[in-house]
Amino acid sequence: MATSASAPPVATTGPLAWIKENLFSSVGNTITTLVVLAFLVWTIPPLVQWAFTDAVWAPDNAACRQASGACWGFISEKHRLIFFGTYPYGEQWRPFAMMLILLALVFTTLNTNNWGRLLWITWAVALPAMFILMQGGILGLTFVSTSQWGGLPLTLILSTFGIIASFPLAVVLALGRRSDLPAIKFICVLFIELIRGVPLITLLFMASLMINLFLPTGVTFDKLLRAQIAIIMFSGAYTAEVIRGGLQALPRGQEEAADALGLSYWYKMFFVVLPQALKLVIPPMINNFIGLFKDTTLVSIIGLYDFLGAIKAAGSDTEWRIFFLEGLVFAAVIYFIFCFAMASYGRYLERRLDTSKR
Amino acid sequence: MKSKLKLALVAGAIVASSVSGAMAGKDLDAIKARGELLCGVSGTLGGFSLPDSKGVMQGLDADICRAIAAAIGTKVKFVPLTAQQRFTALQSGEVDILSRNTTWTLTRDTALGLNFTAVTYYDGQGFMIPKKLGVKSAKELDGATVCVQPGTTTELNLADYFRANKMKYTPVVIEGTQETNAAFFSGRCDVLTTDSSGLASIRANDAPKGKSDDYVILPEIISKEPLGPVVRHGDDQWLDVVKWVVFALVEAEEYGVTKENADKMASSTNPGIRRLLGTDPGMGKNLGLDEKWALNAIKATGNYGEIWEANIPPLGLPRGLNALWSKGGIMYAPPVR
Amino acid sequence: MTEIPANSQRPPTRSLGGRSFYDKEVQGVLWQVVTIGVVLGLGYYLYSNMVANLELRQIQTGWGFLWRPASFDIGESLIPYTSASPYWKAILVGLINTFRVAVVGCILATILGVFVGVASLSRNFLVSGLTSVYIHSLRNVPVLLQMIFWVAVMHAMPSVRESKPLFGFVATQRGLFAPVPAAAFGWTLALVGLLVAVVAIWIVARWANRRQLETGEIFPVMWTSLGILVALPFVGWLIGGAPTEWNVPQLNRFNIRGGMSLSPEFLAVLTGLTLYTSAFIGEIVRAGILSVPKGQIEAARAIGLRESVIMRKIILPQALRVIVPPQTSQYLNLTKNSSLAVAIGYPDLVSTANTTMNQTGQAPEGIVIIMVVYLTISLTISLFMNWYNKKIQLVER
Repeated sequence: MATSASAPPVATTGPLAWIKENLFSSVGNTITTLVVLAFLVWTIPPLVQWAFTDAVWAPDNAACRQASGACWGFISEKHRLIFFGTYPYGEQWRPFAMMLILLALVFTTLNTNNWGRLLWITWAVALPAMFILMQGGILGLTFVSTSQWGGLPLTLILSTFGIIASFPLAVVLALGRRSDLPAIKFICVLFIELIRGVPLITLLFMASLMINLFLPTGVTFDKLLRAQIAIIMFSGAYTAEVIRGGLQALPRGQEEAADALGLSYWYKMFFVVLPQALKLVIPPMINNFIGLFKDTTLVSIIGLYDFLGAIKAAGSDTEWRIFFLEGLVFAAVIYFIFCFAMASYGRYLERRLDTSKR
Repeated sequence: MKSKLKLALVAGAIVASSVSGAMAGKDLDAIKARGELLCGVSGTLGGFSLPDSKGVMQGLDADICRAIAAAIGTKVKFVPLTAQQRFTALQSGEVDILSRNTTWTLTRDTALGLNFTAVTYYDGQGFMIPKKLGVKSAKELDGATVCVQPGTTTELNLADYFRANKMKYTPVVIEGTQETNAAFFSGRCDVLTTDSSGLASIRANDAPKGKSDDYVILPEIISKEPLGPVVRHGDDQWLDVVKWVVFALVEAEEYGVTKENADKMASSTNPGIRRLLGTDPGMGKNLGLDEKWALNAIKATGNYGEIWEANIPPLGLPRGLNALWSKGGIMYAPPVR
Repeated sequence: MTEIPANSQRPPTRSLGGRSFYDKEVQGVLWQVVTIGVVLGLGYYLYSNMVANLELRQIQTGWGFLWRPASFDIGESLIPYTSASPYWKAILVGLINTFRVAVVGCILATILGVFVGVASLSRNFLVSGLTSVYIHSLRNVPVLLQMIFWVAVMHAMPSVRESKPLFGFVATQRGLFAPVPAAAFGWTLALVGLLVAVVAIWIVARWANRRQLETGEIFPVMWTSLGILVALPFVGWLIGGAPTEWNVPQLNRFNIRGGMSLSPEFLAVLTGLTLYTSAFIGEIVRAGILSVPKGQIEAARAIGLRESVIMRKIILPQALRVIVPPQTSQYLNLTKNSSLAVAIGYPDLVSTANTTMNQTGQAPEGIVIIMVVYLTISLTISLFMNWYNKKIQLVER
């Protein structure tokens, strides 16, 4: 006997069922939902009102003081100082261009499909090009000394160059730590544990206070370069640990096969082991980059004007001082956008690499 | 592999291009070779070193550096430094001279490896407090919260004063002039303490608009603060140059040589003026500078009195101790001869 | 088989002490000698430069400065300290302040992090969504920025004269003030009672465990522990004379005096560190709980255990194996991040050592002190982690 198909009962599929299952499935659950909803209703509307409805967007100090909402006028008034630091006003297209080039290169490199000779050549050309773009002095660009570099470009430079330049150091340290030669292993372990055991701020203090003492009399280093060296050493130690993880994850068979073929140590490392290990560790490396990006805020403590330092400098104007909080919220949003984008990309890459191995 | 080599070469080039300074170790030679005097200043103190709306550094400390740069024939570049950074910046070579309302003390002159040159401003430490607290004297400050910057003689004198008077206080130590001022004006602490000239400047420039009169500077001066430019140990010639440029500026005021009349005065018959301005040669050669060293300095910024008049009166401070010795103050320059 | 003729020529081999140059071991030794030589040479070069520079600048060196009077005051200190105390005491005060914020921060961050981690696995979509927002927003903002934000919030609190006390608690821009019991013998005895109670609870728990293993009878450990925890300090308090006086914060001419005070800088550093680290700990706890194989939970339910027992006896012990190593490194990160207090004005170790370096000009010694202290803390925590890891390792067949 055939019966006609009927639609399922209302409350077992569709959005209603989902709500019932997830939010109201038991007494405890229902109470929790109600409490959380009450909390959200209590906090979100006033927040939206403060941040958007009552906010002042124009750079008008008087209007800002009158209004009860946020004063985003602080940002619109000082956005050049906040984004580019004390870089000369007319030349600010240069750091902007540099940032675009850098971001484009980084995103291209993260996709391992693009690895190849063309990519390395592009990097080798782009790095000095970016440096020339920022500093100028030749090709008709006016000279801008590194003490005037600041804001978001400085944060990007410190973190990206930090990771890139620390790479060779990290590879050497990771290989050295896994070496059978006790002296080399000892030195590498000492270096890594020493750097990882101290906070970055002490390394930056050491760089800004002591590097000049270590150099021959009369030779001085640019302050930005000193901070960059400290960041490179710091990043090198952490990246070395990540690479060591990758080396350990590689099946021993690869190394043993290379040995059986009679390849020398360096040949084996550079052509068999490292390419595979490095491809494995890209997701943790992205985490490292995000961490380093956040850690560049510490250079504001030694007097370099990175993005956070620029916001603090903008907030020191006595007229706009009371709206400093809005500046901090804005800075937090910008950092969040960058870091969240990188983290999401990292998660996406991780999923892709996982499936591709099967 | 190849790209790593290229990277190394590029990095090496970058490093090489940023390493500066002559290998000789002599500061004056290095400055002349560079063509630019690196002058460490505060950059946040009105009347002493504060950029105006066009970004040009104005103030007494800044003008002293300009005079020195004119005397040695180079340009000048101002490097803002906090109180915590200033000495290490000078020690490490980041700046050639510190003109940052720095107090001359024994420890700084010896243990820090620095040389004080001459006093450009005789000052003392004081306290500023909101009027509504009704405090009339520094001796009533027992139990107060005091904002102070770290790494200063202010911090030390404050501790000594309260200990000597058996009073207690809570220090709020904040780095950076602007942050300290902001904390004081927001009410985080009751009292702000620094050099009286600084207090006057902060009261005039950094107080909330129109509220300068709500704050009063207490009458007690609790320390001697002779302020002046500082250089490193190791180059006696540079030390002499800086010292004598400052003395020349004071002598110029004694002789009545000003920015306007300096060129005319060069042909004066007064032997003192002739020696000072280089018409009678010899002084420049002794210092290792051009004979017109003092003339250039005076033409760049005016004599000491003119520098003072251009920067300090807006703060509401009297000439006081900083007047010439012949006019009731203690500004006294050894003779340029 | 042909024999090798006695006088046949063997190819000449380059040798080092009888071993061939191409021998891997010989090469290994050579590499190490070269590396050590380079490292030592570099170290010597840097060191001699430093000594030459210090001499040229006539900057003082040596550790004698530690015994000179510091001449500066520190805003908050748990041990008695005046401006006449020596520099080493100033640095010690900084170290104690670092521990203060680190220990409290670790405890609060763990509590908050575990709560967030467990909540993120909730079936309630709102709750898990909120925790996701919490974790992602706090992880992706630099901790220094968060600390500066909280300092700005603290400074925006009402001033001391405008604030209104609530049950004796006062929140002002100069800090949080809380009433505390006035110091009396009774309270000291209560504290002693508390310590004795902790030891007693531990003994009772072990005894109950052994009894259960032997006889199978369950002892109500939790209720007994609660009872001991309340009763023993109470008895101590009674014996000490039952003091009831409170030290209530009062507004004086300049400040609020009395009671316990937490400075806004301490609160800002604590809040920033706690929230930031709790986001990471939340992720770790979540990963740990998810790492327990589903079969364990299903089997536990199949034999009829209650949810709370499943959590306590089945999930947590297995999850802890995965949670503890990254958790310990988060504690280490929190301690290292507390050094950022130097930017806020909280007198931690880096801050007081920095002031010392500035007043005495002896930067190398100061930096060595800071690095040695932090290295000791890191190594101690690493050693603990290694010991714990070995202790809970799965002993496989």
